[in-house]
Amino acid sequence: MDKLVKLGQDMALLWENYYPRYLDGIKNTLILALVATAIGCVIGLVCGILNTIPYAKHDPLPKRFILKLVRVIVRIYVEVFRGTPMMLQAVFIFYGLPYFTDGGVQFSGYSGMWIASIIIVSINTGAYMAESVRGGIISIPVGQTEGAKAIGMNHVQTMTSIILPQALRNIMPQIGNNFIINVKDTSVMFIIGFTEFFASHRYITGVNNMYFPSAAIEMVGYLIMTLVASFILRKIEKHMDGPANFELAAGDTLTMSAGTYSHPSKGTPFDEHSKEHQERVSQELKYGRNRGDR
Amino acid sequence: MGEMILQVNHLSKSFGNNEVLRDIDFTVSKGDVTCVIGPSGSGKSTLLRCINLLETPSGGEIVYHGKNIMERGVNVTSYRAKVGMVFQSFNLFENMKVLKNCMVGQTKVLKRSPEQARDNAMKYLEKVGMAPYINAKPKQLSGGQKQRVAIARALAMDPEVLLFDEPTSALDPEMVGEVLSVMRDLAQEGMTMIVVTHEMAFARDVSSSVVFMSDGVICEAGPPAQIFQNPREQRTQEFLSRFRQQ
Repeated sequence: MDKLVKLGQDMALLWENYYPRYLDGIKNTLILALVATAIGCVIGLVCGILNTIPYAKHDPLPKRFILKLVRVIVRIYVEVFRGTPMMLQAVFIFYGLPYFTDGGVQFSGYSGMWIASIIIVSINTGAYMAESVRGGIISIPVGQTEGAKAIGMNHVQTMTSIILPQALRNIMPQIGNNFIINVKDTSVMFIIGFTEFFASHRYITGVNNMYFPSAAIEMVGYLIMTLVASFILRKIEKHMDGPANFELAAGDTLTMSAGTYSHPSKGTPFDEHSKEHQERVSQELKYGRNRGDR
Repeated sequence: MGEMILQVNHLSKSFGNNEVLRDIDFTVSKGDVTCVIGPSGSGKSTLLRCINLLETPSGGEIVYHGKNIMERGVNVTSYRAKVGMVFQSFNLFENMKVLKNCMVGQTKVLKRSPEQARDNAMKYLEKVGMAPYINAKPKQLSGGQKQRVAIARALAMDPEVLLFDEPTSALDPEMVGEVLSVMRDLAQEGMTMIVVTHEMAFARDVSSSVVFMSDGVICEAGPPAQIFQNPREQRTQEFLSRFRQQ
C-alpha cells in the first residue's frame, strides 16, 4: 500500500514538473496516428479496389496484363511491409532514401521528421488495410453487384455507390483496430528522433532517472487514448448504422394480414385489393355510401 | 402483335463442359408477357441472366431492336438500363433507404436530376404500395415488401422490358399474393415482361405466351391455353399434370 502511495506521489511530482512535455508527446502521437491511419486507409482502399477489379478471359490482352501486374505489385507491397518491423522500415526509409539518392531526398529538421514518420506509418497501415479492404469488398454478397449491374451501373458506379459504402461499414472495426495499433506503435518512431509520447518518457527519465513512475504515467496515458478512441469509434459505427426505427408515411395497402389470403389458383385474392375496389372505397369516402349499394 | 423488341436466336450457354442452354429461340414483342416455366435446373434463370448479360452466352445472338447486343463494342450498361431485372433474392441495396434505392439508378445512370428521380421513384413506389416505407432500410422490410421495392426500382428506370427471375420463390404464400398482384397490374398496363416463375396460375391467367423449358432446351412454347389445356409434348404433360389436376 505504501508503495502505491509512493508511486502516486512520484507520478504527481513528475506530472507537475513535466506535464507540458507529456502533453506535447500525446498531441504528436495522436496527430501522427490520425493522419497516418487516414492516409493508410486511402492507400489500403486504392490497393483493395485495384485488387478486386474483375477481368474475364475474353477481355483484351493489355487489360488483363495490366490488371495482373497491378495485383502482383500490390501483393509484393503488402507482403514486404506487413512482414518486416516498422522500426526497421523507419530506419530504412529515413536513412536509406538519402543514402540512395546521394542526399537528393533528405528528411532534415523538425518537418523532415514529421514527413518521414507520416510516410512510414501510412505505408505500414496501408499494407494492413489493403487486405482488410479486399476482405470487406469480397464479403459483400454478389447480389448487390448484380442488382447494380441490372440497372445499368458500370464498375466504378457500382463500387462507389453500392459496394464500398457497405464494405467500409464492414471494415470500420478494422480501421479502429489499426488506429489503436498506430497510437501505440508510433512509439517506435523515437528511433528517427520523432518526439511522440514515448519519446517524452525517454527524455524525462534521462533527466531524473524516475523510470517506473514515468512508465506508469505512459501506461495510463496510452490506455486513456485508446479507450477514448474505441469509444468514439463505437459511436461512429452506430451512426453509420443509422436509426433502428423508421417512420411510416401512411398505411400499407397491399400487405395482407395473416389468414386473410387465399391461394391464387384457388380463390380470388385480388378482389379486395383491386383498383376497382380501391376506387370504390375512395368514392365512398368522398360521397358517402348509399344504403344497399353493396 | 406489337413491334418486335427482343429476339433470341440459337442461344447457348455452357459452364465448362456442362451445357446449360441449347439452341434457344424465341421472340418478345411490345406488350407481351412471356412466362418461362419448367423444372428446377432446366436453365430458366440462366436464360434470363443471359438476356440481361449477367451471364455471357456461349453462342447464338440476342437481338434488341434489330441490333445484336452480344457483338463487341455494344454499350452493355445502357442496354441493361433499358432491360430491368427483378431477382429472386431481391438484391436491394442494403446501404440505402427505400427511396434512395429507387433513385440511385436514375441519377447515376440516366443522369436525371434528384427532383425528377424522386418524383418518378415516388410514382412507382405508390404503384406498388410501398410509398409509406420510403424511409425504411431494406433489412427492416418483409420479403414481399422488399420485392415490391425491387419492382419499383426496376420500373423507375422506365425500362422497355422487365425480366422477373422467380420473383416469388423466396416468399410465403401471403407475400406471393402482394407481389403477384403488382405484376398483374403491370401486365394489364401493357408492360413487356419475361417472367420465370413457378406460379402456374399466374402463368395461365396473365401471360400472352408460355415457354416450357426442360433440360436446357425449349420443349414447347405457345399461348397459355394451348400449353395448359392441350400440351403436345409428353414432358410438358408430365410437368403440368399435378397442376392440371387441381
